[in-house]
Amino acid sequence: MVQDRKSFVAWLQSVPMLLVFASFFLLPMLLVTIVSAWDYNEYEMIPAFSLRGYTDTFEGCIAGLPDLCTILKTYLNTLKLCLLTWSLTLLIGFTVAYFLAFHVRSKTWQIVLTLLCTIPFWTSNVIRMIAWIPLLGRNGLVNKGLLGTGLVQHPVEWLLYSEFSVVLALVHLFTFFMVVPIFNSLIRIDKRLIEAAYDAGASGWQTLVNVVIPLAKPGIVIGSIFVITIVMGDFVTIGVMGGGQIASAGKIIETRLNALQFPAAAANAVILLGVTIMIIAALTRVVDIRKEL
Amino acid sequence: MGEKRPRSFYVLAAFFAAYVLFLYGPMIAIYILSFQGPDGGLTFPMNGVSLVWFSKLFAGTGIVDIGAAFKRSLKLGLVVMVLTVIISVSAGMAFRKSFRGASFLFYVAIASLIMPSIITSLGIALEFRLLDDFAIQHGVEGWTTAMGLFTSGLGAHLTWTLPFGLLIMFAIFNRFDGRLEEAARDLGATPWQTFRHVVLPIILPSVVGIGLFGFTLSWDELARSSQAIGSVNTLPLELQGLTTTVTKPDIYALGTLTSAVSFLVIFLALIVILVLQARQRRHGSDAGKGLV
Repeated sequence: MVQDRKSFVAWLQSVPMLLVFASFFLLPMLLVTIVSAWDYNEYEMIPAFSLRGYTDTFEGCIAGLPDLCTILKTYLNTLKLCLLTWSLTLLIGFTVAYFLAFHVRSKTWQIVLTLLCTIPFWTSNVIRMIAWIPLLGRNGLVNKGLLGTGLVQHPVEWLLYSEFSVVLALVHLFTFFMVVPIFNSLIRIDKRLIEAAYDAGASGWQTLVNVVIPLAKPGIVIGSIFVITIVMGDFVTIGVMGGGQIASAGKIIETRLNALQFPAAAANAVILLGVTIMIIAALTRVVDIRKEL
Repeated sequence: MGEKRPRSFYVLAAFFAAYVLFLYGPMIAIYILSFQGPDGGLTFPMNGVSLVWFSKLFAGTGIVDIGAAFKRSLKLGLVVMVLTVIISVSAGMAFRKSFRGASFLFYVAIASLIMPSIITSLGIALEFRLLDDFAIQHGVEGWTTAMGLFTSGLGAHLTWTLPFGLLIMFAIFNRFDGRLEEAARDLGATPWQTFRHVVLPIILPSVVGIGLFGFTLSWDELARSSQAIGSVNTLPLELQGLTTTVTKPDIYALGTLTSAVSFLVIFLALIVILVLQARQRRHGSDAGKGLV
């Protein structure tokens, strides 16, 4: 009886959160899936079964072979940006987390430095994007510096509103999502394991590759999932930093929405979700397989 | 301590310093540039120093009605903060006991956290649009739209802040000594008294942290709001709109002002957390002091 009552109270306490997710996450996701298979015309959606949202999206994909159609090109480009951002955030995030976890000895300093990395996360993403303009623009600091030293004769144009600036901004914004989970994994590693590796004659590099990285794997996977899902669905950073020139999976959805083509937007959302889930599944599988070996 | 640092320490410390510079450098550049003189442009050098661009913001001339967007974002942020704290703490308490659907709720929270924002935003927009269509078709008197800052907008923000709140609660209770509650119960405290006088004071600093996440994440939220906010814009949406049109440093002034609010909130929250922790240390444990 007491146990029943306790679990009833617990259930009650969880209801507010469940209600929020049910009405603003689960139901909307269900509707996206349903509406993706609705018909539509120029100005409204029509609640009748139709795969037009999907067929329109892949229009010309088979007829146009061997050239890639727009949607496939866009996805390949998004994947490329994703891969670049992922590898850079992983490299930087791991190094920063490693420094914080193993080289900063006092607890106070660890907290202070971690906070230093976290504070930008609590400030606006748009401002952190705009912040690159005075540095990378045509008359920006970087170009002035390059011209001043005579390294280039004309201002470098690809610094801003290019794939370079998009990846730079994405790394700038989202490395934090790698640092935190990896730091969390590293801090839990029993320091005696590292001492044991050292005593057994392993070099610093061998210890890193054979002891630290395998033990940091959960953090690496969690961080990777964060970064990949963010970049796959991103349309704000690509919009602002790409100067409206670069297409991405997220931007397709935004464009369809602005045209009020809800079923087409929903179909694209389902496709994006499918691709993202496949990447995450592959990622967790790769990690697990390596664990088996 | 005092032991000699290996060479790798200095290499990694330099890397870390470079990373911090990379994080803060660009932001500092726009804070400086927002104090451009009246003839200054979007890039260095500074053409004099002035508050012209700030006064332009407050005068409401030049760009869109920033004051209104500012107030809207502030109000929404505060509501999101309060709801995030209450709902997360409540759910966090629930997860300490077992209840039906616990793991389901956990996975839903994680899914909501990593779902690409544009999809969540699209879903909420769709939901409210269908609701509107339904209401209008069934002749609800005077119905225009249910979409708005404190309906769809609030919901969109909560799908982003609540997962963080829940994860912080998990982190708190991983380190929480359950015997404290048992002791309170043995001394005859009701569940509410146990929570109010034992659990809450201990977790309070972290609860302030949840509030900090709730406010700042909402204050800066853009992607999830983009489709789901209705006819009025929040501050980040106005800022994003300005990036394509503005050629004067007003946008930096607005950026500086927005960041100032973030920094103020972060600063206040950290102070409160430090004060609470200091108080806990003072009053915390009487172990070893014998019977008083």
